Amino acid sequence: MAFLELENLTKRFGQQTAVDGLWLGVDKGEFVSLLGPSGCGKTTTLQMIAGFVEPTSGAIRLEERDLLAVKPAQRGLGVVFQSYALFPHMTVVQNVSFGLEMQGVAGAERAKRVGETLELVGLGSFTERFPRQLSGGQQQRVALARALVIRPRILLLDEPLSNLDAKLREEMQIELRQIQRTVGTTTILVTHDQAEAMALSDRIVVMNKGRAEQIGPPYEAYERPATPFVASFLGKTNLVKGIAVRPERISFAASGLAGTVRTRIFQGNHWLYQVETSDGLVTVIRQNTGEPMPVEGAVVHLSWMAG
Amino acid sequence: MKTAPYLLSLPALLLFAAVVIVPLGMTVALSFHDWGQYKGIVPVFILKNWREVFSDSYYGEMFWRTFRIALLVTLLSAVFGAPEAYILNRMRSPWRGLFLLVILGPLLISVVARTLGWALLFGGKSGLINAVLLSLGLISAPLPFMFTETGIVVALTHVLMPYMVLAVWAALQRLDPQVENAAITLGAGPFTVLRRIVLPQAMPGILSGAVIVFALAASAFATPAIIGGRRLKVASTLAYDEFLNTLNWPLGAAVAVLLLVALVLIVFGANRWVERRYAQVFG
Repeated sequence: MAFLELENLTKRFGQQTAVDGLWLGVDKGEFVSLLGPSGCGKTTTLQMIAGFVEPTSGAIRLEERDLLAVKPAQRGLGVVFQSYALFPHMTVVQNVSFGLEMQGVAGAERAKRVGETLELVGLGSFTERFPRQLSGGQQQRVALARALVIRPRILLLDEPLSNLDAKLREEMQIELRQIQRTVGTTTILVTHDQAEAMALSDRIVVMNKGRAEQIGPPYEAYERPATPFVASFLGKTNLVKGIAVRPERISFAASGLAGTVRTRIFQGNHWLYQVETSDGLVTVIRQNTGEPMPVEGAVVHLSWMAG
Repeated sequence: MKTAPYLLSLPALLLFAAVVIVPLGMTVALSFHDWGQYKGIVPVFILKNWREVFSDSYYGEMFWRTFRIALLVTLLSAVFGAPEAYILNRMRSPWRGLFLLVILGPLLISVVARTLGWALLFGGKSGLINAVLLSLGLISAPLPFMFTETGIVVALTHVLMPYMVLAVWAALQRLDPQVENAAITLGAGPFTVLRRIVLPQAMPGILSGAVIVFALAASAFATPAIIGGRRLKVASTLAYDEFLNTLNWPLGAAVAVLLLVALVLIVFGANRWVERRYAQVFG
């Protein structure tokens, strides 16, 4: 029996089925991502675990106990919201200590744990500021500290990085992963960003229309997608002569499938090509190694390894 | 310095000066003039009216009553209006519009008609509610309402509550609904969420609503005039009486100017305090 079990979890809103018979077991200390396009049911799943939405049918078990019988306030889960949902009228310290106050942790112990957690997320020196005096990244850290300080049984992250700019998002991904490793909290991340899910997770759950299309480690899901949806959602995929080939596996060669370069886009560390072939448009990604590359209109030959 | 913006705002400025500044200045000047039963208004500069207003305890009592009523009305509006706004904010589509109309209802009816309604319900033995309660034997004498401070406070609260509800509602609409959920996941019960999370965020709305309600209650005329009558005067009905019954315009002007100055000081002071208190938090 896994640490957290979702058993045939289903949620319908009227005629609409948001989550459709989801089975998932999460081990203690594991980092699992629910990944999918908007409306795939990933956020609803998270809200059912947190207790904001009641399932239509199915069960949620945490350490073999029925979690649905426990009120949201008593579940002891840490949640980081997409909007961060910080208490705007409280300082950083007050925000973070709120959960400990609710647990009745005494003053000295509380101050110690709040200090430690703020150090952990790298916010040791912003303690007396109000949320609106902080940058997006700092607010994000406060939200994380507020969720972690109560030593939650599970940490739920609802698109926590989607409001940050690209560079900061990458930094926070690395940091989030390190923090999660340090504290060892079982974590469930909801995201629509496949790069984020792959970077952070031990396993990903690729969801589509309320169902889990594939559950597995990121590398496996990327290399051996179980369904066409997974193949197209995790990175780019070409269907050439009936087989799926990742764009970065195709190279320009002296012989092979002939085609004409339609567009060529430079993206810094790599080149993105659209090549028109007898089998339709093929996307090709080549590393930027400093070598001269085919220009638009050039005739090229494509080759790839099967698999 | 560019002159065009000033020139362009000149017409509006002239109109404003003509209809507000000049009459106000004349009222202030009037309050320093002399008046006698037979000589009428004498345009001299004396402090007689001001001395009378400040030394005669009759006026002190009147102003004290005015601000006591305004304060009670403000408190009652906050106590009933803030929860009303919270409930309204949580209502769904058809109900919210319906109840908003119910709340705004008092503003759609002439203040005179509405206040006379209160008089019909509570006026002496023949007032509807008093008559019913008397015939049921629940009370032995009619509930005092007309010519009482309680009556004025109740009727004014009824009129001014919508301003409080709207101000608090505006504050609540800026509230991120996830913030309440965040507090719940951290272990807060419903009452704690209300007290520690919702109320502090609604506070700027409650305070700005309070400033509006206080100012309107302290300067209200029709309601205290109908319910308080000549027996229970407040500052505005007093000024009215001095102008139109006693015909002592200078004394009425002094009362009116004093009410204005006191209100401006209170409202500006309260506003400054609210802004300073919440600038860091909400901005």
